[in-house]
Amino acid sequence: ELPPSHFSAARAAAVAVGYLRYLRGGPGRGLELRELRRARRQDISDVGHKYYLELELEDVSDKDRTVNCTAEVLYHLGNKTSAPDVQVTVQGELRSTEEADKQFYNWIRSLEKELVAENIPDSHGNVPPELEPIHLLAWVASGYVIWQNSTENTKFHLAQVKHVKQVKRSDEDLQFDFVVLLHEMVSQEVLPWEVTLLWHPQRGARVSQ
Amino acid sequence: SNMKLILIFGALIGASLCLETFVGHQVLRIKTKNEEEVKQLQLLESLEHLELDFWINPSAPALPVDVRIPAVSVHSVKAFLESQGIEYSILIEDLQDVLDKEKQDMDESAQRQRSSSFDFGAYHTLDDINAELDHLASEYSFVEKIQIGESYEKRPLYVLKFSTGGSNRPAIWLDAGIHSREWVTQASALWIANKIASDYGTDDSITSLLDKMDLFLLPVANPDGFVYTHTSNRMWRKTRSKTPGSVCIGVDPNRNWDAGFGGPGASSNPCSDSYHGPSANSEVEVKSVVDFIKNHGNFKAFLTLHSYSQLLMYPYGYKCTRPDDYAELESLGRAAASSIRSLYGTTFQVGTICKTIYQASGGSIDWSYDNGIKYSFAFELRDTGRYGFLLPASQILPTAKETWLGLKRIMEHVRD
Repeated sequence: ELPPSHFSAARAAAVAVGYLRYLRGGPGRGLELRELRRARRQDISDVGHKYYLELELEDVSDKDRTVNCTAEVLYHLGNKTSAPDVQVTVQGELRSTEEADKQFYNWIRSLEKELVAENIPDSHGNVPPELEPIHLLAWVASGYVIWQNSTENTKFHLAQVKHVKQVKRSDEDLQFDFVVLLHEMVSQEVLPWEVTLLWHPQRGARVSQ
Repeated sequence: SNMKLILIFGALIGASLCLETFVGHQVLRIKTKNEEEVKQLQLLESLEHLELDFWINPSAPALPVDVRIPAVSVHSVKAFLESQGIEYSILIEDLQDVLDKEKQDMDESAQRQRSSSFDFGAYHTLDDINAELDHLASEYSFVEKIQIGESYEKRPLYVLKFSTGGSNRPAIWLDAGIHSREWVTQASALWIANKIASDYGTDDSITSLLDKMDLFLLPVANPDGFVYTHTSNRMWRKTRSKTPGSVCIGVDPNRNWDAGFGGPGASSNPCSDSYHGPSANSEVEVKSVVDFIKNHGNFKAFLTLHSYSQLLMYPYGYKCTRPDDYAELESLGRAAASSIRSLYGTTFQVGTICKTIYQASGGSIDWSYDNGIKYSFAFELRDTGRYGFLLPASQILPTAKETWLGLKRIMEHVRD
């Protein structure tokens, strides 16, 4: 059992949130950790360290609503190049974003020129309201990067979206090429990362390799 | 012909004066119809003695040419253009009028800023912050602005001293912005300074505090880094000192204190954001504080503000063992976190640096604690990662207010 204030529990929670954002986030849904309720750690010999977490999350678009989940994060022993295994179970239903997703999709498809934006939020923390869905898609993209690149000795947060460029496609997906700045807490470095995200209202998001 | 007109212009040199104002200067927009006209304008451009100032140079027939013409030449240039059949219009009748209006607007705006209160709910530049420090010092007799040193790039390190009397009373130290990108900390420190100054005499707690103790507040502990976050890189953390033998700049000022210096949790790589520097106190920003506190000799508390993560921590960071005063510091920390939470429900985790965030050597509160200042706390303010360093300005006041409650709780304990 770990005190939720212990840094190793907090690091595992950040991985779980990144993974969940990748899986369930979208232009109309941004999930943020409100509280880490409980954390346990299990050392599995020859395998690695597994964390069992109870998390309370909130949807930033609907802050009065919270959702509880449980997560398991397994950091593999020794093999630093493999991503942690994560499983998350959300209790109850997440608010539907069908309308907002459709609106966003239609808006982007209707643009004559590809969308380009920088510095989200800006130096003063501002995000223009029309760019908030892009901001949330950056959470999805960075969620993937954070999940894939975390170890027990790192804790990543999205510091800023430095640049985003939409790329028009011949299929029905939307494509956004991001340059995100990730803040790594342990080394305190702020690192730029390029990540391309494909998104579709029904099919969801995936990072393209 | 052109030659004749050039001679006319030539004769005007004698008449031209070296004016510093732009009275009577006109800005014309010239619309050329063909290459020949463009060439005419390029000829005009080459006559340096006319002191024509092309805002848009003649290049192609389709593009307009904007040119500022000194008063003495206006008539002649227009005559030339008309004689060549070149179309033009007047963009600005008298440039000085435009400049005068602009200056008036700027003065009025500055006047509004000066006479109205400083906006504590917004992010400010270093110059504006320093101006406000002057304002507070002039407004309140018990507030004094002192300089404890200079940064690497020679910016003054200003501390506000709050003292209602006595001689070298027991004192409390509070600093912010040692890591320059943590903007909510400098902003909160300003609000807190104003709060303490304005509530002395009316608020029982502040009044009894300042009647017994002095407070020293350093709102911008790393001014070079702070300016850099405004001008070049919003994510800059370190100082701006040059490291011999490296292209990388800056030392992490919170790994540079003489407490387990060079140990785990600090990097020996000058390019790292947690580079500890060549030696303890190598950074003048750190040394100035160390010297000031040592010379004073009567500090009872050392409090420092960082962001983000919502944590309230006490020593140690450089080692993972508990300090001797663990029980008291833990209990006081919890009480302070509770005070913070009472305002908006913001939760802070409490613990030693090593257990709560990571092992980190060379930190300021470890130094202060090991130098006899028992009440050493480091705060990590809002938020927990949603905006991180880029906390919206709308959260400055709530952050400052809740943080103040936590600081006050600690200060009250120190006082009693």
